[in-house]
Amino acid sequence: MSICADHGRRLGLIVNPVAGLGGRVGLKGSDGAAIQQQALRLGAVPQSLHRAAQVLERLKPIKDELMLYTYPAEMGEEAAKRCGLDHTVIGSIVAGQTTAADTARAAREMQRLGVDLLLFAGGDGTARDIIDAIDDTLLVLGIPTGVKMQSAVFAVSPISAGDLTLASLQGRIRREREAEVMDIDEDALRQGIVTAKLYGYLRVPHEDRLVQGAKTPSSGRDKAAMETIALQIIDHMEDEPLYIVGPGTTTRAILSKLGLDKTLIGVDVVWKDKLLASDVNEAQLLNLLEGRTSRIIVTPIGGQGYLFGRGNQQISPKIIKQVGKANIIVVATPEKMDALRGRPFLVDTGDPETDRWLSGYTRVVCGYGEYSIYKISYAGEN
Amino acid sequence: MQSITEKRYTDGRPNLRRFHQAKWDEPIIFELSNPGERGILPPPIEDGIRDAVGDVASALPDMLRRKTPLDLPEMAQPQVVRHYMRLSQENLGLDLNIDIGQGTCTMKYSPKINEQLARTPQITELHPLQPEETVQGILEIMYKFEQILKEISGLDRFSLQLGAGSAAIYAAASIIRAYHAARGDTGQRDEIITTIFSHPSDAACAKTAGFNVITLYPDDDGYPDLNALKEAVSERTAGLMTANPEDTGIFNPRIAEFVDVVHKAGGLCFYDQANANGVLGITRARKAGFDLCHFNLHKTFSTPHGCGGPGAGALGVIEALSPFLPTPVVAYAGNRYYLDHNRPQSIGKVRAFYGVAGNVLRAYAWVMSLGAEGLMEVSKTAVLNNNYLLKKMLEIPGVSAPYAKGKWRIEQVRYSWEKLCKETGVHSEEIGLRAADFGVHYWTSHHPFIVPEPCTLEPTESFSKADLDEYVEILKHVAHEAYTDSDRVKTAPHNSTVHRTDQAPFDDPSQWAITWRAYLKKTERGKKG
Ligand SMILES: Cc1ncc(COP(=O)(O)O)c(C=O)c1O
Repeated sequence: MSICADHGRRLGLIVNPVAGLGGRVGLKGSDGAAIQQQALRLGAVPQSLHRAAQVLERLKPIKDELMLYTYPAEMGEEAAKRCGLDHTVIGSIVAGQTTAADTARAAREMQRLGVDLLLFAGGDGTARDIIDAIDDTLLVLGIPTGVKMQSAVFAVSPISAGDLTLASLQGRIRREREAEVMDIDEDALRQGIVTAKLYGYLRVPHEDRLVQGAKTPSSGRDKAAMETIALQIIDHMEDEPLYIVGPGTTTRAILSKLGLDKTLIGVDVVWKDKLLASDVNEAQLLNLLEGRTSRIIVTPIGGQGYLFGRGNQQISPKIIKQVGKANIIVVATPEKMDALRGRPFLVDTGDPETDRWLSGYTRVVCGYGEYSIYKISYAGEN
Repeated sequence: MQSITEKRYTDGRPNLRRFHQAKWDEPIIFELSNPGERGILPPPIEDGIRDAVGDVASALPDMLRRKTPLDLPEMAQPQVVRHYMRLSQENLGLDLNIDIGQGTCTMKYSPKINEQLARTPQITELHPLQPEETVQGILEIMYKFEQILKEISGLDRFSLQLGAGSAAIYAAASIIRAYHAARGDTGQRDEIITTIFSHPSDAACAKTAGFNVITLYPDDDGYPDLNALKEAVSERTAGLMTANPEDTGIFNPRIAEFVDVVHKAGGLCFYDQANANGVLGITRARKAGFDLCHFNLHKTFSTPHGCGGPGAGALGVIEALSPFLPTPVVAYAGNRYYLDHNRPQSIGKVRAFYGVAGNVLRAYAWVMSLGAEGLMEVSKTAVLNNNYLLKKMLEIPGVSAPYAKGKWRIEQVRYSWEKLCKETGVHSEEIGLRAADFGVHYWTSHHPFIVPEPCTLEPTESFSKADLDEYVEILKHVAHEAYTDSDRVKTAPHNSTVHRTDQAPFDDPSQWAITWRAYLKKTERGKKG
């Protein structure tokens, strides 16, 4: 099978050799050299080389056309060698002592090379390092390797990462989606506290498996749904209340329709179709709410279903209570709902009582005049 | 001499059939056009006639005459026959394969004798505008068929006007609206509730009829969620539109409670029985309290599906809703059948005239050849077939049947190849394509896209145990290949006319056309022409 000239075939590969070290030995993550050393002492075996090689195996059908760029030794070179794929090694590292800085440097060099797709083997931390280095300038795809993979940038398995990469390089998939990168504080996690921020978004190839069989030649089903959700919300916006708008691409679509700029990973406040405040924190929100009626517009985090407590902690239990349960407007595209595979929405506001109070059923706006009734659970309920 | 029968089995299991589809590389019929060539040459008008009436064509008013000739392919009859015979060989239709992979479509054998009946001149020469007294026969059949549907459903009145299931569902939604409007409840009741695994037509038709739609997701056990329903109903509820069993083959055991909750909220309940194949003679819409229901004649009642001719839907209602049925309805005056047009509260026409006559005849013939007991036998066999298949399917590594785990299903099952896909990288679609190498197929199911790597199998009563064994054997073989030689599956089909289509261009309207005219418009050729 040959690649058409107009399709990308320049692939970058960055392997985070220590990703996933902590998992098997129960350390809830592998951030930081001390933890990595501890993991190795506990007998952890690096996962990432093997997983990256599994992905590269799937690319053999195009090995003659493929231009693979990677970093030295355990950061990719070894995986390429293991599969017998021609590759170009760039950069330099101190083998055995790589850090986040190496990942960042590698990403910047891939950006300069202008690879068509950047594969990285790692976890949430690696995804974060890539955003920090190059933002969303490259199309990327995560090979699931890490311990924490709360982010939506990972393929479901190395095999599917391989197939997605192949299809993307062959130009069989041309669509992209913006996928959430989550940031969980590992130190807190080890003490049993989950504090997660929505760190940003990366662009990943989007295979709409769902239109397979081509019954529906749909282009951008999700985008279209966001548009209709935005129209539904705007057509029914009231004059009086403040609208507290949570992070996300679905909520961004609403503000875009109003001609307003949305803070993608932050909370904005809209009043009478105008942006009253951007990227607010809890204190600012409390101030703004003084003596006013209000609504909250939120969308669950893709793949996980967190409504409150992940990525939108600014909307604190205090604020949620003040606004009132009946005034929470949940928006989600059918695609996002379906991706939850029947798992309920989750709340983890930090206040068990608020969580319990929020749980039950909620109405979800899924399109224009289209709703779902969906379950909300709180952490530890089941 | 060698036994030819033995060769077909190994250890009592059927050997895989070797199959190769014909390949003709046949052009599109418009490309075959040869200017001046004709299939039929009407004889010139005889002199005597010309002398008597003059130029026949000039008898047509000017406004009815074409200014430019029709742009049709110009071809002789043998060329046309050859063209379509070739295309028919590049096909894998119901009459060629064990067609159980088209779940939700209720593929069953359409008896050829009913086909012959429907093609007699008494039917094919009928015109819907003929005076009633000259079409008493078909009106009688329609009337009698309605009585049969009343018996099956327990409802009081039926319209046979609808040209498909979705048309019937749309009519049902329109009746729900008309009913509330007649009670002065219009703007207020604007919500229809459905379940995610009801057929997508239920939500789509409600929406098309102007309602907002609320979808319920399954509860923890995989059944329609009664608590979610209680959460959904309000003074805005116009009605419930739901299938049962749903497209997963799961029967909602609390269906009567569902209906009750909606009735108490002031809504009406519509039962999508497009596919009633598992419940004939076993449950009645009336029994669960439904106010409306519909049947697809092209599913349960054996008439051919869309590609074999038009579909047909039948919509039934309780007495209180009968004034709203589409107009006209077929009625009986004691000595003659007639079309009742005088129905002031009717939602009007959903389709021209009074029904798809040929299909009503086929369906009537099918029911009459089976009798009441035969109909029940149909359902029992379909359910038995399905659960036999379920058991056999679950023995294949990598397959599961999500929701309502461990429970039997009614007439179909939505399976998932998720495990196999995770382990081998082979997708459900690719398994279906590889199956085509052995002369069968499946498609990967429609909305909602919740079950990962899905495939919906529906073995109706038409298929024998040997058929089901052969089908399972094929899927088992393909699954085994996925684990041992996945490339073979991923590059399938190998024995079909068209091996793979590139689906990427579907996203780009400039790269596809569904008619010749659109093709001409979208290509250079069209621009120059
Ligand atoms: C349960 C159900 N309802 C409705 C329909 C729609 O019927 P039709 O295709 O005739 O419009 C179908 C057909 O796929 C169905 O299976």
